[in-house]
Amino acid sequence: MTIPATAESLPAVPERVPLGFARAWARRLGLVAESKPALIGAGIVLAWVLAAVLAPLIAPYPPNATSMAAVAHPTPSAAHWLGTDHLGRDLLSRILWGARTVLTVAPLAVLGAAFLGSLLGLAAGYYRGWIDLVIARACDIVLSFPVIILYMIILAHFGSSAFNIIAVLTLTKAPIIARIVRGLTIELREREYVAAAKMRGESPLYIMLAEILPNARGPLIVDMCLRTGYNVVIIGALGFLGIGLPPPDPDWGGMVKDTYGMMSVWPHMALFPCAAISSLVIGFNLLAVGLREIGLRD
Amino acid sequence: MTDEPILELDHARISYFTRAGEVNVIPGLSFALGAGEAMGLVGESGCGKSTVALAIVRYLGRAGRITGGRILFEGRDVAGLSPSELREMRGRRVAMVYQDPMASLNPVMTVGRQLMEVPMLHEGLGERAARARALDMLAEVKLLDGESMLARYPHQLSGGQQQRIVIAMALIAEPALLIMDEPTTGLDVTVEAAVLDLVRELRRRHGTSVLFISHNLGTVVRVCDRIGVMYAGELVEAGSIRQVFANPRHPYTRGLLDCLPTLGRDKRQTPLVPIPGQVASALVRPAGCGFAARCVHVEPGRCTSEAIPALPVTGDPGHAAQCVRAAELPPWERRRAVADAARGRRSGPIVLRVEGLEKLYRPRPGLFRSGRAPVRALNGIDLVVRKGETLAIVGESGCGKSTLAKVLAGLETASAGRVEIGGREVASMRVESRPLELRRTIQMVFQNPDSTLNPSHSAGYAIGRALRRLRRTPKGEAAREASRLLGVVKLPTDLGDRKPDRLSGGQKQRVAIARALAGNPDVIVADEPVSALDVSVQASIINLLNEIQASREATLVFISHDLSVVRYLADHVAVMYLGAVVEVGSVADVFAPPFHPYTEALLSAVPVPDPDAQGIRIILEGPLPSATDMPSGCPFSGRCPRRIGAICDDTPPPTREISSGHRIVCHIPAEELTRLQSAAPSSPSPTR
Repeated sequence: MTIPATAESLPAVPERVPLGFARAWARRLGLVAESKPALIGAGIVLAWVLAAVLAPLIAPYPPNATSMAAVAHPTPSAAHWLGTDHLGRDLLSRILWGARTVLTVAPLAVLGAAFLGSLLGLAAGYYRGWIDLVIARACDIVLSFPVIILYMIILAHFGSSAFNIIAVLTLTKAPIIARIVRGLTIELREREYVAAAKMRGESPLYIMLAEILPNARGPLIVDMCLRTGYNVVIIGALGFLGIGLPPPDPDWGGMVKDTYGMMSVWPHMALFPCAAISSLVIGFNLLAVGLREIGLRD
Repeated sequence: MTDEPILELDHARISYFTRAGEVNVIPGLSFALGAGEAMGLVGESGCGKSTVALAIVRYLGRAGRITGGRILFEGRDVAGLSPSELREMRGRRVAMVYQDPMASLNPVMTVGRQLMEVPMLHEGLGERAARARALDMLAEVKLLDGESMLARYPHQLSGGQQQRIVIAMALIAEPALLIMDEPTTGLDVTVEAAVLDLVRELRRRHGTSVLFISHNLGTVVRVCDRIGVMYAGELVEAGSIRQVFANPRHPYTRGLLDCLPTLGRDKRQTPLVPIPGQVASALVRPAGCGFAARCVHVEPGRCTSEAIPALPVTGDPGHAAQCVRAAELPPWERRRAVADAARGRRSGPIVLRVEGLEKLYRPRPGLFRSGRAPVRALNGIDLVVRKGETLAIVGESGCGKSTLAKVLAGLETASAGRVEIGGREVASMRVESRPLELRRTIQMVFQNPDSTLNPSHSAGYAIGRALRRLRRTPKGEAAREASRLLGVVKLPTDLGDRKPDRLSGGQKQRVAIARALAGNPDVIVADEPVSALDVSVQASIINLLNEIQASREATLVFISHDLSVVRYLADHVAVMYLGAVVEVGSVADVFAPPFHPYTEALLSAVPVPDPDAQGIRIILEGPLPSATDMPSGCPFSGRCPRRIGAICDDTPPPTREISSGHRIVCHIPAEELTRLQSAAPSSPSPTR
């Protein structure tokens, strides 16, 4: 008998109406609302998503429009709430537009990494033996490279485009996800329901995708959230190094790079894009922490 | 026993505070425990037993609180203790022993350090004196070779040794009260018997009061003087062991006794009577008796209108029952088996034949060590199972019974020997390479209700998928057939939509049985299917298996460590020890002398919920030998209480055919065994 040390382990009410699909989701959202970090994180991320989606509508100026009048006085004013950069481009508009690229590239790269990493991790953890050995060593090799140098080499070679950045981020992040999934798979493959699936003659692919993967999704989703935040940082760093998205389209890292020389005179030009990066990263981190909390409670 | 009780609960009311609000798990509990007294608390899980134990030491966590009444320990209300007083009480006056010893031991500290810490911390003893105390304590809990034991880490000990260490740690501070929460639930029967004996002895010697929490009535009988039966947070019956067992007045107590398979019970004569329904949720407390919804003696109105007080049983001082009908209930009669049980039928065709089956696990050679000795999990097994019969395989953990199940199911392959299912040789055929027809023929029911169903799939999907894979049922039809199968395992069909997190343990196990039935198998292998369930649920699952097996003429291979369940359910029994079958025969033959000495020891270790049926017991000394260096003679010789000499260690024992189908692998001739075993009735024989 277990010790009901927390209220959650109390017997549930047995006679509940079966939850429909929509109500199950409503229940899950309700859980998010109960974790403070998750709520704040989700709020920040959602705000940025809204900003990105609505950028064409709410941005006061086109992102690349310059204003000669503002070049002389780039500090925040009534016309330019966050001021302008050294070329007289409105910072608020550029940050809003910049959110579009970051919020496309970072999550797509994470999805790619999760897809590739899950397949590798499932195969390694399920089959073990030489397959595991090959996959694990390959992951180690990729992870042993200094990541930024690796990006620089690859992007210098293939040129920088949104697609290439996604591809590189996918390849370099997949090994980390593969390790996580492998660990979970090794544990889950010993479960009795996996034995039951084998006994009814399911294929290894079915067992991996339908029996094991769904039960690994909790830690996986938490990690994907964290990883999205890290990707935001890396995209910023790439932009700062000048190998991010090609100009003139706004890119938060690139905005810092263009203006950090003027830091002592006009710090706002670099600080506002930095704040944008930080807030988004914090948002994803809080969401990850909160989701883990909720996962532990369930 | 002095007048002043060590522990007194006076209308203690305990609640957990959740998102949904206050959940009152203990509405008002009163009992007292005198000095040196041992009281057992029994009931199904979810009855609040552990909550009571935790509340006594104020260990309820953030969500739990004592919201009313008083819990007096040595005359002081624990609710009013300051943190330092509380620490003092937990450290010196009260000790707790939980189910999982590994959870109580620190894995990175030696046993010696952990034992010495207690007197050093609480009594300011020096290292030397503490060490001497620790050694004394180890001797008291009968751990031989204390010096070397002190230097070991917990993972180097067996489960039984670990629990002894935990008990030693609990008693080293000479507490006034020892709280034991399911202390033997994870242990093998023979180890359990030894630990229970130890507790009884130590309590006599130290005069410690014991609050013993268990779901197993048999273990309570062995340790306690008094018993309290709990249901839904209330003490529904309390009294001395003898009073309650001889004359149970509350229907719930009777229900618990009736649903328990005991060694004297047999499916043909005394069917188990499960308690209908399940433990009510603490969220909705009915107006009258909490048990009314499940009670067979309920009288609407009288039982359901107002709270029922605990009434003393007339003419039986100290015995009380919380039932308005307590006095009117008919006298209770213990269900005892009459004479000899019917012999198992030996008529049907053979569906499963195992010959010389061996399974070796070879440890992979590491970089620096090569060729470690292989583990012999199965060591020459011969078995024959006929259509429509139930073969039970019993033995302690590590005897290879689960490995045998896995080889039969094709989840492992044999290293040598033959396994024939329906005339086909399958010993080296993994389930992946078995053809559909063969996979359909043999299906398995697993042990752990929490891992047998995929938490991501609904019950209906699990069954439907099995139908589609094993019988090629089209999708739409599979859903209909799945509902029908839910009916077969006596579950409401709308349960099919639910995922496992919204099913109870018993319901999950029923779904797992339905899933195994989907292919309409000829052989069902059930690996400890009821060992993780509450007694009342266990009874209903056993009845279900029995019914399904009888109606489908299916063959059941039932693997269990619980001899009472085996006695009840099986037609034939194979007793395994260290990868070998030491005795096999019909259930009547195996459970009556002559026994193999190991069977005899197992039987005598079974806790029997009957204060009158305490036979002389055999305590097996010594640990289970490791399966890597197998003794050259009889595998049991090292622990055998009836060892006759060097021949046992050196020469493999012969297989003796006692009667048709009853074989014992032992050096001692059958007549001699019979003589020895009837001279000293070491077990509660089923025929008494």
